[in-house]
Amino acid sequence: MKTVISSYCVIRNHQIMVNGETVLTKEKDLPFSEFIKTAYDLNALPYLKFFKMDDLCKLAFVASEFLLKNNKLAEQYGAENVSLLFANTSSSLDTDINYYNTVKDFPSPALFVYTLPNIMLGEICIRNKIKGKTAFFIFEQFQAEFLCNYATQLIRHKKAKAVIIGWVELLNKNYDAFLCLIEETDNGIALTKQNLEKLYTT
Amino acid sequence: MDALIAKLKTQIIQQLNLEGVSPDDISPDDPLFGEGLGLDSIDALELIVLLEKNYGIKIENPADGKKIFATIRSIAEYITANGKA
Amino acid sequence: MKTVFAAQGNIISSLGFTAEENFSAMEQGSSGIKKHNNTKFLPFPFYASLVDSEKLNKNFSALSENENYTRLEKMFILSIADVLAKSALDVKSENTLLIISTAKGNINLLEEANYGGFPEKRLLLAEMANQITGFFGMKNTPLVVSNACISGVLGIITAQRLIGSGQYENVIVTGGDLVSEFTLSGFNSFKALSDEPCKPYDIKRKGITLGEGCGTVLLTSNDKLLNKSEKKIRVAGGSVSNDANHISGPSRTGEELALAVNTAITEACCGKQIDFISAHGTATDFNDEMEAKAFSVAGLEHIQLNSMKGFFGHTLGAAGVIESIVTVETMKRNVLLPSLGFENSGVSMPLNITRKSESKQINTALKTASGFGGCNAAVVFKSV
Repeated sequence: MKTVISSYCVIRNHQIMVNGETVLTKEKDLPFSEFIKTAYDLNALPYLKFFKMDDLCKLAFVASEFLLKNNKLAEQYGAENVSLLFANTSSSLDTDINYYNTVKDFPSPALFVYTLPNIMLGEICIRNKIKGKTAFFIFEQFQAEFLCNYATQLIRHKKAKAVIIGWVELLNKNYDAFLCLIEETDNGIALTKQNLEKLYTT
Repeated sequence: MDALIAKLKTQIIQQLNLEGVSPDDISPDDPLFGEGLGLDSIDALELIVLLEKNYGIKIENPADGKKIFATIRSIAEYITANGKA
Repeated sequence: MKTVFAAQGNIISSLGFTAEENFSAMEQGSSGIKKHNNTKFLPFPFYASLVDSEKLNKNFSALSENENYTRLEKMFILSIADVLAKSALDVKSENTLLIISTAKGNINLLEEANYGGFPEKRLLLAEMANQITGFFGMKNTPLVVSNACISGVLGIITAQRLIGSGQYENVIVTGGDLVSEFTLSGFNSFKALSDEPCKPYDIKRKGITLGEGCGTVLLTSNDKLLNKSEKKIRVAGGSVSNDANHISGPSRTGEELALAVNTAITEACCGKQIDFISAHGTATDFNDEMEAKAFSVAGLEHIQLNSMKGFFGHTLGAAGVIESIVTVETMKRNVLLPSLGFENSGVSMPLNITRKSESKQINTALKTASGFGGCNAAVVFKSV
C-alpha cells in the first residue's frame, strides 16, 4: 500500500475532466453561472444549498462532487480521518467586492458569510460529513511541493487516512480548479511533487 | 393582503436564491423554517434585510424574527400592522 | 520530531505596542475596548478595540522612512521588528520562514478611493506578504494562512509541523487583522455586534466586539535563541477539526471542538493535566454555548479558563497569535488573568471562569479557537 493520488478533477476553460477524461465541455463564452449550473445538474441528486453559494464555493463544490462521486470517505475512513488542504491566490476577493457593493445600501449577510476562502471547506465538509483537519493557504500560484509534503506528513503521522488537496481560484470570471484525492491504496499515481504538478497542468 | 402575499412570495424567492421554487409552490400558511421551505439562520437575516429594504421596517432583535417570519402570511400581517403595506 | 520552542513575542493592540505593555495593562484590568463614533465605519456609535493610529505611524516612521506600506503592513512590520530586536535570530537565513495568519488582510483598501493610493493587487494576501518579507530581506517565500478566526492557531500548528519535521529551524508566526467598514458592517448584518463591550460566557452577553492588532511569535527548534532567564515553553501538540454542521453556525454538541482538543492533548502527552485554558469566547450566544459543551465533552469543565476578547475585542486572524502570546506570558509569569466582562454564567454547561488575576503555577496551557466555516483548532503549550 502506498500513498497515492487515487483520483483527480480539473475544471478550467468551461471543461471538466475527471481522471483524465472529459465529462463536460461548454462554449467558452457561456456565462460562468450557466456553466457551473450545468455541471451541478450533471450530478442528478439535488442539493439546494448550492444556490446560496457564491461562485467560488460553487466551483469548489462541483469539483468535489465529481471527485468524490464514487467515494463515501467519511464512512470508509471515519469522519475525523479525512482532511482537506486547499489554497488559491485571490482568497474570496471576488465575493468581497460583491459584498462591499451592498454595504452602502443594505449589507447582505448571505454575501458576507462567503467573504472567507475557507468557507468552501465548510461546504464540502457539510456535504460529505467530513470532520478532520482542514486548512486554507494563499499562494501566488499552485504549490505542488508544499501541498504534497503537508499531505504526506498528515498521512505518515496518522493524522489523516485520506486527504483532498485542492486549488480553487476564481476572480472576475477567471477561474481554475484542481482537486485530487490522496489515499493509501494500490490503485493510483504515487504522491510526489512532480506527479502532482503534472496532473495540475493536464 | 392577497396582493401583498403574492408580492412577498416573489421578493423572498429572489432575495433568498430559492432556485426552482415558484410562487405557486409556497402556501401562505406553510412554515418557512424547519420543514416547509427549510430556511436557515442566514435566510432569517436576509429576511430582516428584505423588510428594511422593501418596506422600511427595521427589526433590531433577530429573536423577534422567529414569530414574524413563521409564514408568509405572518410576514404580510406584520407589514400591514406596521403601516407599510 | 524536533522540539518546538516559543521564543520572543510581540503584541500590537489598543493596549500597547509590546507584549510587556499589553500584559501589564491586562494585569491592571484595562480593556482596549472603547466607544467610537466614526461614520466612515458605521452610521451609529459602536464599541471596538482600535490601535492608536498616531502612535502606529510615529513608531513606524522611527523604524523606516519608506511610507509605502498599508496600515496593516505597518503593524506586521513593527511587530516582527520588535521580536527581531529582542532575538539573536538571523532573519535572512534559509532556515527561517515567515507564516502570516490573516482573515482579511488589506481589505480596508476597498474602502478608499484608488485603493488608498496603493496598487489594486495589494488586496491580494500573497502580495501583502511579499511586502513584509521584502522589508526584512527574508529569503523564503512567506506562507499565508487564511482560515477565518482559527488562522492564528492554525499558523502556530503549521509552524510546529514544519519545524518538528526539520523543514525549517525557525518560523516567525505573525497574525494580523484590522477593524474596517467591511468587517463591522458584515458582523452587524449578522446582528452579531454587541452594543456594549462584549461579555464572554455571561448571561447578559449580546455578541462580539471587534478588535484589531498584530501578534508575532518566534517558534524555533534552536533553544539557544530562548531568553536564558525564562521558563522554556514548547508547542507540544495541536489539532484542527470541522463541525460539518453549518457555514456560520457552530456545532450543536461541541463534539468536534472536543475532538480537536483531545487530539492536541494526546499529542502533547499531558493527559488532563492542563493548568489553564485560553478559550475563544467571542460572546455570541451560539459560540460560547458550543464551547461550554465542548469542554464538558472533553472532561475539562473544571480547568480555569478565560476569554481574552474582553481585553482585545475579537481580532479575527490575529486572535490566535495574540492570545497564544499572552498564554505563554501567563505560563512564564505564573499569573492568571481574569475573563474580562464575565459576571454570571449564561451557558448550559459548567465552566471554571477566572474572575480576577491570581498567582498560579501554570506549566501546561490549552489555547482554542473556532471560526466561520465550522473550523476548530486547539494547541497545547507545555513548560519544559
